[in-house]
Amino acid sequence: MVHAAPPPALRSLVLDNGLRVLIAPDPSAPVIAVSVHYDVGFRSEPEGRTGFAHLFEHLMFQGSESLAKLEHFRVVQSSGGVFNGSTHPDYTDYFQVLPSAALERAIFLEADRMRAPKITAENLANQVEVVKEEIRLNVHNRPYGGLPWILLPPVLFDTFPNAHNGYGDFSHLEQASVDDCADFFDTWYAPANAVLTVAGDLDPDVAEALVRKHFGDVPVRPEPVRASFAEPQLSSERWEVHVDAHAPLPAVAVGYRLPDPAADLPGYLAAVVLGAVLTDSDSSRLQRTLVQRDGLVTDISAGCGLFGEPLDARDPDPFVVTAIHSPEASARQVLDAVDAEIATLAADGPSAVELAGVVARWRAGTHRSRDRLVSRTLEAGASELLFGNPHLSAELPDLVAAVTPEQVAAAAAALRPDARAVLEVQPGGAA
Amino acid sequence: MSRTATEPASRTAAEPASRTAAEPASRTAAQIATTETGPRELPPLGTQSAGAELVSSDAVLENGLRVLVVQRATVPVVEARLVVPFAEPQGFTTGAPHVGTAEVLAATLLAGTARRDRLALDTELAAVGAEVGASVDPERLVVGGSVLAEGLPVLLDVLADVLTGATHPTEEVDSERDRLVERLEVARSQPGVLAREAVLRRSLAGHPSAHEVPEVDEVTVVTAEDVRALHARAVVPRGALLVLVGDVEPEAVLEQVRTALAGWTSEHSATVLSPWPTITPAPTLLVDRAGAVQSQIRLVAQGVSRSDAGYPAAQLANLVLGGYFSSRLMENVREDKGYTYGASSGLDASQAGQVLTVELDTSRETTAAALMETVYELSRVVLVPPTDAEISSARQYAIGALSISLATQSGLASTLSRLVPLGLEPSWVREHPARLAATTDDEVRAAAARMFGPGRFTGIVQGDAAVLSDVLVALGGVAV
Repeated sequence: MVHAAPPPALRSLVLDNGLRVLIAPDPSAPVIAVSVHYDVGFRSEPEGRTGFAHLFEHLMFQGSESLAKLEHFRVVQSSGGVFNGSTHPDYTDYFQVLPSAALERAIFLEADRMRAPKITAENLANQVEVVKEEIRLNVHNRPYGGLPWILLPPVLFDTFPNAHNGYGDFSHLEQASVDDCADFFDTWYAPANAVLTVAGDLDPDVAEALVRKHFGDVPVRPEPVRASFAEPQLSSERWEVHVDAHAPLPAVAVGYRLPDPAADLPGYLAAVVLGAVLTDSDSSRLQRTLVQRDGLVTDISAGCGLFGEPLDARDPDPFVVTAIHSPEASARQVLDAVDAEIATLAADGPSAVELAGVVARWRAGTHRSRDRLVSRTLEAGASELLFGNPHLSAELPDLVAAVTPEQVAAAAAALRPDARAVLEVQPGGAA
Repeated sequence: MSRTATEPASRTAAEPASRTAAEPASRTAAQIATTETGPRELPPLGTQSAGAELVSSDAVLENGLRVLVVQRATVPVVEARLVVPFAEPQGFTTGAPHVGTAEVLAATLLAGTARRDRLALDTELAAVGAEVGASVDPERLVVGGSVLAEGLPVLLDVLADVLTGATHPTEEVDSERDRLVERLEVARSQPGVLAREAVLRRSLAGHPSAHEVPEVDEVTVVTAEDVRALHARAVVPRGALLVLVGDVEPEAVLEQVRTALAGWTSEHSATVLSPWPTITPAPTLLVDRAGAVQSQIRLVAQGVSRSDAGYPAAQLANLVLGGYFSSRLMENVREDKGYTYGASSGLDASQAGQVLTVELDTSRETTAAALMETVYELSRVVLVPPTDAEISSARQYAIGALSISLATQSGLASTLSRLVPLGLEPSWVREHPARLAATTDDEVRAAAARMFGPGRFTGIVQGDAAVLSDVLVALGGVAV
């Protein structure tokens, strides 16, 4: 084997305005990435303004003091790069990946919109329409749209931050005003509420000087007080039915509460391993029994996080099982079959061979993900922001390898039928 | 760690640099958008470093399989892509249609061999961090996977076992066939899948490529015997390509492959798809999807081959029209009008031919207007040709995006496994930036004039005909 030398250590610093900065040199390809993670996601948007965090993410691309509308896209792409942004329950991220010659440009672009984004009524109206098209595309006009991330939370949670639709109601989007945008920016987009990550083929001293040059004078603003989103554990099985006009087959999504990863990382990771043992491969428990042996379900997945990504949100984060199943089986039958396998795992734990397979695949998957500069960059920024540890994603394979069969059994025992939320999707037969 | 910034925050900032500053926010959007010092200049580009040269080996084995091994040791993993041309072999029939048999074959390729059952196969792969999957389309069967570098011998052994000894067990065929029927139902409830079927029927009618997804009754008739017969006849090495990219010594791995796959032989060659018909311009067809809140616009015209000398110019012309975010189509239809989340155009290539596609989804209410704007941009790019600035931007993007996509093992493996079967050499990707740089602006304008213009296209609008048909008829160029 000819393994490359490990990349030099990550440098972290905090500017006087409170901006946390990570600099991660890696010369393996002549490419750089710059990302900013803001500590605000759709759980923090105001009542009556569902979808606002995501709408605001669109507006951050609509120009800033030094860049007219369309210029952000044009500058990145005409420099040979790609960009995007995304809104999560607890954070919103922005990134660009560019040839290494464009390092200062990328830093400049993020600094300019952190300092002075240009939000106009015209651009707001335009992006409300774009977001509505995005929602039609991903939710209203397709089968299983919003399953599970929009449909399950209102069954699983009681408070507005956790339960509401993060894409937003059209009526709320249409009511959003330029003043709402100004308030949201001033409240949540303070430098002290963000993490800047600069990674790739760069000299860390040069990168640090450029960061100080462009971000150093972003005015300080108060760091917002982050509310707790904690809710009590469920005390019963909650069950709701959703009729999906586009769905040809019934489906079911089940949500359980997970341990707080900030307080009990081993407990959370045991649930991550449990998800892999249940559904992640041809030899997993539920694939073998429910799919291959019984033909009860067409597709099934289980794991941590509403979007299938573990450690992408703070507490409370759910363990989710989602299945599309045969019309011959009832949702209750599918759940009973799932429960039987979970009970077996709770009693006996996974075998050594199962655990070894999960660990090896986790290791390979982490390497593959980290082979992408954009993934390395975004993971460092997100894990610094959410858990104060930019190395977390790189450390995960070893942490996963330390999970014991007893911990997985305990994680299975915690998936109690009398403390879960069930969303049953019935085909509506129309359209 | 916190220390004083090299440039004090108070020198240029609109607010004092105090950590304890500040009233609760009450600025207006206009105040937020303005600082005391005003707009700043965009920094120039710095010096670009070059990527490392790739070490590789490339050989055709005795059994006719081409093996391409590329060293890219960024992470201790190896990516594998086996591509077998998989059109229906001439003069070969089982009871069931090829399209259905091929789907069941892909679904059961890893479901058991003489040496290993389904559980043993996956368990051995898992032990070395390997994942393997098979997929099929009218053109090719692809077995793709990845493995921790030290487990490559296990992956090769499993691959050889599956290629030469997959038994497609009857009970696995039965259960995967039933599951496939359900998955087809789910696929055909997706508007994007239906729109793709409709536009392929409109443009390539009668060719196997117009029928990518089997019908339910083309799957229900498939038996295990059909699948085994197709495997024996068509899963063959001659004409196939295996790409391995990762933390490998290319020469040594080539020899490992030569040994591991020596037993995979056949007197037949893999079956290459017959050429696509030339795309005939025709009115856009309205395809009804009753009640749909959003419509799919899908237009197609003749494309340009990757091996054509005019390809770089065509690639840049396509970028200007709709090939990236900063394109005329996206800036007009999304960023000005708000009619869509994404509009794009692309040059799709296959061994059988090439097409130029234009696609967007838009609400029922804006469908006619979005189609009008799309047709307008297809005309305008001919009449108001790409400017020097537009071409320069497209050129930089094409070069940069290519280097980003090749910067990962999986990106490099996937790109090579798509391009080499088109008749291109692996060096094509390394040389392509120079080709893009050498393409003149006038060549790009000429390519735009040759490729675009609504009169060269055909296609479909899929949506709620009850609402759309009158207004689309009034717009013209639409058949209902």
